[in-house]
Amino acid sequence: MALSLPIESTIKSLRYQIASCEAQLQDLRHQLADAENRAHWHTIPFESLSHDMIGGVPGDIQTEFLAVLSQNGERRRYAKAWPLEKHEYKRYGRQLIMPEVGLQGQLRLKTSSVLVVGVGGLGCPAAAYLAGAGVGKIGLVDGDTVEESNLHRQILHSTGRVGMTKVESATVSLTQLNPTGEYLAYSSRLTPDTAIEIFQSYDLILDCTDNPASRYLISDTCVLLGKPLVSASALRTEGQLMVLNSPPRPPGDILGGPCYRCIFPKPPPAESVVSCGDGGILGPVVGVMGVLQALEAIKIITRGIQHPDLICHIDIDKPRFQTNNEMPPNPPEPPSLLLFSAYSNPPFRSIRLRSRKSKCASCSAQAIVTREALTSGSLDYVQFCGIVSPVEALSVSERISVDNYARIRTGTNPITGTEARSDSHTLIDVREKVQFDLCNLEGSINIPFSVVSRTSVFVKGNSAKDVGEEEWVTKMRGLPEKKPIFVICRLGNDSQLAVGKMKELGLDCGGRRWVGDVKGGLKAWRDYVDPEFPEY
Amino acid sequence: MSQGKSKDVISITVEFSGGLEMLFSNQRKHILSIPTKDESGEASNVAFLVRYLCEDVMQDNRRELFVLDDTVRPGILVLINDADWQLEGEDKYEIQGGDNIHFLSTLHGG
Ligand SMILES: [Zn+2]
Repeated sequence: MALSLPIESTIKSLRYQIASCEAQLQDLRHQLADAENRAHWHTIPFESLSHDMIGGVPGDIQTEFLAVLSQNGERRRYAKAWPLEKHEYKRYGRQLIMPEVGLQGQLRLKTSSVLVVGVGGLGCPAAAYLAGAGVGKIGLVDGDTVEESNLHRQILHSTGRVGMTKVESATVSLTQLNPTGEYLAYSSRLTPDTAIEIFQSYDLILDCTDNPASRYLISDTCVLLGKPLVSASALRTEGQLMVLNSPPRPPGDILGGPCYRCIFPKPPPAESVVSCGDGGILGPVVGVMGVLQALEAIKIITRGIQHPDLICHIDIDKPRFQTNNEMPPNPPEPPSLLLFSAYSNPPFRSIRLRSRKSKCASCSAQAIVTREALTSGSLDYVQFCGIVSPVEALSVSERISVDNYARIRTGTNPITGTEARSDSHTLIDVREKVQFDLCNLEGSINIPFSVVSRTSVFVKGNSAKDVGEEEWVTKMRGLPEKKPIFVICRLGNDSQLAVGKMKELGLDCGGRRWVGDVKGGLKAWRDYVDPEFPEY
Repeated sequence: MSQGKSKDVISITVEFSGGLEMLFSNQRKHILSIPTKDESGEASNVAFLVRYLCEDVMQDNRRELFVLDDTVRPGILVLINDADWQLEGEDKYEIQGGDNIHFLSTLHGG
């Protein structure tokens, strides 16, 4: 241990130096963005100053100020304040010339603020497009740090920023993309006691999270504060998108859009929730959904968000500059759910959704989700949605550690003194075939968990679908009785359930054959036995 | 089909997505002929269809991933001809020939 100390302290010191350099860099980037902003302000023709001063400075002082600045009477004749800065006409030109945006839409984007909760596969593309479009202020909420396995889909992060907090990494990217925007980073997970405070200063919320507890919390907070919500999710090859609480009317007002609880009054059983880590995700699939969230947000903002209490536009009440391409006010679209399925034809489908539910716990007149309930902590979202506890299905005698299993595969058995042989036992790998094909232990047999778990134990009557015993069961029955069966999986959960199922099916030959699982699965195998075994 | 004459059955399309297809032989779209009347002689509704799917179509043993307390479990949206079933009378909706009934598990990944 003593020998390794110097190297350990070197590592520590290097980590510290990197972290402090990164913090410094971040600070410099902010300073640069500020300076660029100021430089810009100085270089723009004085004519535009009158617009810049509107709001903060009383009119008469403004006039005086301008008079001082515009000594040159000749130039004064051209004095005209443009509502956008010169560079903004250029930057946003391609969307400005569209009637859907126009000058008014761009001004609305500029004065709007959007909160992106979750800076992953949805949040990254969503925030990128919003920053690109000129949303004035973007808040980013996420408690995670960037991991290598994020990079195929979380496009704001980069290889060099693995280990950095996601919000910090995203801020760096967004600042490079559009330095004129303001980006606020909230580097911890959203909780009921922080949600209201954070949401308060934003006009619109994007739910880019990955779990039901956050989805209920975000929806409840949006209803309480009267914020429209754009919610999306994705898994494997599919995605779903809904615009909720839009228009954002107070609870009990049936003209408001439905909330997440109207559509899903009860959370799904925790065991039925599959994460991207377990189920997989195709980058462009989640990307499409994030881009669509940005699109819906832009549509809502440029249309003009109505605050539930004020019912007036959040930004300029009346444009001071006559625009010829002003759009007639678009009524909000009826509630719908957009489904995307990359491998289906057609890939997009829109589903009509219900309006507000008259007994909704959140947005109805009888709502029980109140501001007090939320802030006092009496609403336990995690408990409401349930947690999957680690599987403890087997007894100690039905399990073997990876170290002991390694001894069975190679080397000399410390007790019997016999040389280990790989054919002394049967190793069943219950991961799905795709994963098995990625990497597996030599000599292992693949019987996917989905096949094991769908197998019925009881033979039913003479229903047409009873086609006898499943092939894998027959095969396993035929294995020599004296050879023990070891079952392994990715993390050590499915393997336990599979052992239980095999015993129910009588594959332990009434106790004569040992059937058990390898504790901790292939993850433990990599951690304690073979570091070269691929991690995915 | 053992139901016999075609006038006693209605042909419908049943779809599963969001991962539910895994409980139904990994097949998203099923063209089914279901009895026009349920066990008690009433017109077949969605509640009957759910029972029918469990008994006659589902190959998987994990029924709890589809039904809970005699109805589809929370987290599954039932869509009748591209509309939330809450707009159509939920499980009491009487099935018509040619209907498209879609069972959709909500996704949570992001
Ligand atoms: Zn509601």
